[in-house]
Amino acid sequence: MTSIAIPPGMPQYDDVPRFDVARVRADFPILGREINGHPLVYLDSANTSHKPRQVLDVLDEHYARHNANVSRSVHTLGTEATEAYEGARAKIAAFINAPSTDEVVFTKNSTEAINIVAYAFSNASLRPDADPRFRLGPGDEVVISEMEHHSNIVPWQLLCERTGATLRWFPVTDQGRLDESGLEDLVTERTKIVSLVHMSNILGTVNATSRIAARVREVGALLLLDCSQSVPHLPIDVVDLNADYIVFTGHKMCGPTGIGVLWGRGELLAAMPPVFGGGSMIETVSMARSTFAAPPARFEAGTPPIAEAVALGAAVDYLTGIGMQAIQWHEKELTAYALEALGSVPDLRIFGPTVPVGRGGTISFALGDVHPHDVGQVLDSLGVQVRVGHHCAKPVCSRFGVPAMTRASFYLYTTTEEIDALVAGLEQVRKVFD
Amino acid sequence: MQLDQLYQEIILDHYKRPHGRGLRDADDPGDQVAEAHHVNPTCGDEVTVRVATDGTVLHDISYDGMGCSISQASASVLHELLRGRGAGEAFEVHEAFVELMSGRGQVTPDEDVLGDGVAFAGVARYPARVKCALLPWMAFKDAAARAGVGVSPEVKA
Repeated sequence: MTSIAIPPGMPQYDDVPRFDVARVRADFPILGREINGHPLVYLDSANTSHKPRQVLDVLDEHYARHNANVSRSVHTLGTEATEAYEGARAKIAAFINAPSTDEVVFTKNSTEAINIVAYAFSNASLRPDADPRFRLGPGDEVVISEMEHHSNIVPWQLLCERTGATLRWFPVTDQGRLDESGLEDLVTERTKIVSLVHMSNILGTVNATSRIAARVREVGALLLLDCSQSVPHLPIDVVDLNADYIVFTGHKMCGPTGIGVLWGRGELLAAMPPVFGGGSMIETVSMARSTFAAPPARFEAGTPPIAEAVALGAAVDYLTGIGMQAIQWHEKELTAYALEALGSVPDLRIFGPTVPVGRGGTISFALGDVHPHDVGQVLDSLGVQVRVGHHCAKPVCSRFGVPAMTRASFYLYTTTEEIDALVAGLEQVRKVFD
Repeated sequence: MQLDQLYQEIILDHYKRPHGRGLRDADDPGDQVAEAHHVNPTCGDEVTVRVATDGTVLHDISYDGMGCSISQASASVLHELLRGRGAGEAFEVHEAFVELMSGRGQVTPDEDVLGDGVAFAGVARYPARVKCALLPWMAFKDAAARAGVGVSPEVKA
């Protein structure tokens, strides 16, 4: 890998926090598996991450020792479960530097979190007395980008269909960066909400959002950032991001499936109408009408994923213990190594930034005209697990003129040897399809 | 490593040198012509299959598409096997291919019926790829029904 000499007096490479990857790997039981007679090479963490023993133990212990429903029992187990559930909320709030624990709403995943915001807009649009910030109608605009995951496209398309508002898009440059050149024309007084991906799940691009956030403030709109791919990989501070909402999901950050987070500014959540109705989200219910609890409970109808939330708290402890800055740096080094290694494969085309700056450890590519399905199948026969397909981001595939891509994505447990195995596997793919 | 069971030479040959690829008009102006476009939403594979028939014989089966080696080779084999066949006969082959692909590798294919289609026996062991192999065959079934020949009595002309 190319190294650049940093002038004395500047922060040096050695000043960066680091961790022992081999020790981290030992925490993840699944990494000991063999696949088709080869050691597992898991390069699909952008899809879902693996879970360390520390998280699996907490999940197990919750059911074995503290299982009860939350927020409705006076008995000991109920109290323990409630404390664990609310304790997890506090850990997650601290992890993203949320000003208040009550700003963390537990959801099923990022998709549900985005839908809660979209449906809150929808519900508000039907009520003349609702907060005007959430009321949408013809002439109003919602702005997203060509880089979004389907989960940050379809809820807004549906919302615009229901309300008559217009959906507008930030384009993507040939280098796979967000094209902000039309910012002033795109985000205007007509804009009610801008919903953008923080780190692209397919191009790996990490969007610099400060200019957009400033413009959103200027026009009085709201800003939602889809942080599904960034919260697991970099230090995130919601105050610093200057966003109104962020969403992310537990299973991509060493936590279990079935648990995600909607963070919203407290004052906004308090002004939003409920979306799902049911138990736990009410203040009082009569046959005539109901009134609703304050956030976060207002948005958590029914029995929540309790054990999953508690285990996500354990995942946050685990990641914090290693250090998010150290994880970010580890992945930056891996990305630099991988970009160079993949660049040496004949006929390989990388989609997205080809320099390890303003991007994370998720690299999508094409190998000649071999279909990604075939690439993935040959790699799997060698134990190398990559994602193939449209990655729930079809507009990105269309933008780059391909029906599908092959994607390798890294995490704290990924090693340079695994990237070497990928490159060797790609050589095998070329042999089969030459 | 069973990769060569999946990527049999026959499959790779059909993929690299597809037979009868490209959508064609009917030679006989009296033929019913219909097509169906199928996609595999999980991977974005696409195929269009067009059938030209007088109601008895499938005069031509043409196709176009883009996708993985399995789906594209399967379309080539479909063309090769069913073009010029009687409708009843064609649906017997269709049924045999679907049975082979649904058999999780437990079905022994009959080469007399399936010809090059037997090469797909290995694909049946890979549940994630079965849909790729079936894509053109499902599009064919729809196209044939639209052209007035159906596999089941209620859609038969």
